[in-house]
Amino acid sequence: MSSTPIIWRARAGTTEPAWVKYSLIGLALGFIFLFLVLPLAAVFTEALRKGWSTYWEALREPDAWSAIRLTLITAAVAVPLNLVFGIAAAWAIAKYEFRGKAFLTTLVDLPFSVSPVVAGLIYVLMFGAQGWFGPWLMAHDIKIVFAVPGIVLATVFVTFPFIARELIPLMQAQGNEEEQAAIVLGATGWQTFWYVTLPNIKWGLIYGVILCNARAMGEFGAVSVVSGHIRGQTNTLPLHVEILYNEYQSVAAFAVASLLALLALVTLVIKSVAEWLHERDMKAIADLPPERPLAEPAPALAASATH
Amino acid sequence: MSAATLSTPLGAGDSTVRRRPARRVLPGFNLTLGYTVLYLSLIVLIPLSALVFKTFTLTWEQFWAAISGPRVLASYRLTFGASLIAALVNVFFGLLVAWVLVRYSFPGKKIVDALVDLPFALPTAVAGISLTALLAGNGWVGQYLEPLGIQLAFKPAGVVIALIFIGLPFVVRTVQPVLEDAEKELEEAATCLGATRWQTFTKVIFPTIAPALLTGFAMAFARAIGEYGSVIFIAGNMPMVSEITPLIIIGKLEQYDYAGATAVAVVMLVISFILLLVINALQAWQRRRSGASS
Repeated sequence: MSSTPIIWRARAGTTEPAWVKYSLIGLALGFIFLFLVLPLAAVFTEALRKGWSTYWEALREPDAWSAIRLTLITAAVAVPLNLVFGIAAAWAIAKYEFRGKAFLTTLVDLPFSVSPVVAGLIYVLMFGAQGWFGPWLMAHDIKIVFAVPGIVLATVFVTFPFIARELIPLMQAQGNEEEQAAIVLGATGWQTFWYVTLPNIKWGLIYGVILCNARAMGEFGAVSVVSGHIRGQTNTLPLHVEILYNEYQSVAAFAVASLLALLALVTLVIKSVAEWLHERDMKAIADLPPERPLAEPAPALAASATH
Repeated sequence: MSAATLSTPLGAGDSTVRRRPARRVLPGFNLTLGYTVLYLSLIVLIPLSALVFKTFTLTWEQFWAAISGPRVLASYRLTFGASLIAALVNVFFGLLVAWVLVRYSFPGKKIVDALVDLPFALPTAVAGISLTALLAGNGWVGQYLEPLGIQLAFKPAGVVIALIFIGLPFVVRTVQPVLEDAEKELEEAATCLGATRWQTFTKVIFPTIAPALLTGFAMAFARAIGEYGSVIFIAGNMPMVSEITPLIIIGKLEQYDYAGATAVAVVMLVISFILLLVINALQAWQRRRSGASS
């Protein structure tokens, strides 16, 4: 905003007195400190309370290793599955008009509003010993519930909407013109997707994948219902934290928890960088000379991008 | 979930309304829509219907007994009461944080902005044990509260604290973009017409952000009702006192009372459905509001 005298005087009416401003900032920062910074700091302090050697000891345990391995496997299956779904759903919903589109979008959102415990329960009802497919699975000696496949399924359910949610508004805002141009110029569908759509949505895609991954690795409620808590076999990292904590092995529990807290921090950093790069790209497009008018205003990544 | 994500309006985005209907020049409609519906059915719809069908194996009396036992009723009171209080606290502090992030500049603002999403990124179990460690009698915060006779950990109050942590980003991330888009000219006009700053806030700014605030409240509330991981560590889980409804489901499952667990789960599912519809309606209202003002 330029500061000609008139505008400058008017702006006085759109801000608060300095003391109000600084008390509000102080109050907000105090709240953030108490509710976000302290819990994060407590994880690392508690983990290192008995020194680094105890910390490493707790992480070197075979059970901790198998929990890490299972968590990585779960995310490695769940995230790509939901990535493919997210792209397909976003393509169908954002690029075409069809009846029942709003309803379909609501259904895509559904797993977000279902309690994680209920999410776990539905797979027990499907594949558990008393479930729909229970007897058949038992006869064929296939274990889903209280085994790795159940954990993966529950994780897929709770992380289901993440990538689709991120891509749908982004692709809707970008419209179809560029893809149509590519098709008219003779590109195949796949070429259009790889060379036109994908570069346009890449930051949104990364943003969705990283949040999906964080939730996949950190899910507790749903996984705890289907896992059966078999140490060294069906324990993911969050479940391992719970077991250690309930056995009063506080330092070990927080040591394992600190790995997950680090994952959260890395997630926040990548997310912020993706947001920042997305804004930079959008700004670069908006700053292009006027002979290439842009139909849509720059869409922000999710709601959290700041101008 | 995620609220940063939840808050973005989906479906009837106004961008699609203005464009003329696509003539399906682009290939892949049948493939992508077919895959979407198939995957949605396999992962979400069929398993959820298993829940409904399982309920039908119960008679109405059995169903009613399962969902209205005294322990279950106590858990509803705690879950809904604590979720309501936490969501209200989040409305206040969420608005405050969003306001400070949008309107003021201060050192470290970018870091604070990124940190708001921590509850999305931090696994709930980690949040649970960490908040418990802070509020326990010998914790960083608990040691100052205990001499005052305030005990938060292992009490219903602890549940509220955990739910405040979980719900905060939902309110901030729904209010923040609306506050960013709010037209300052309106505030200038109000000031020129002689309004005090407080009047401008209550009469001009607040009506603009009210739909977003209400949406954020509903999202934080919906998330809080289903929350499990962060709560069970801090709650103490005493029957009738500090036992949340998701824990009732787990408890019934551990006793192999699958039908009882399903009945309570159906109650929770119905409430989630209603809240999802309310949130959708609120978002539609919010879009109409912002559409009308621009």
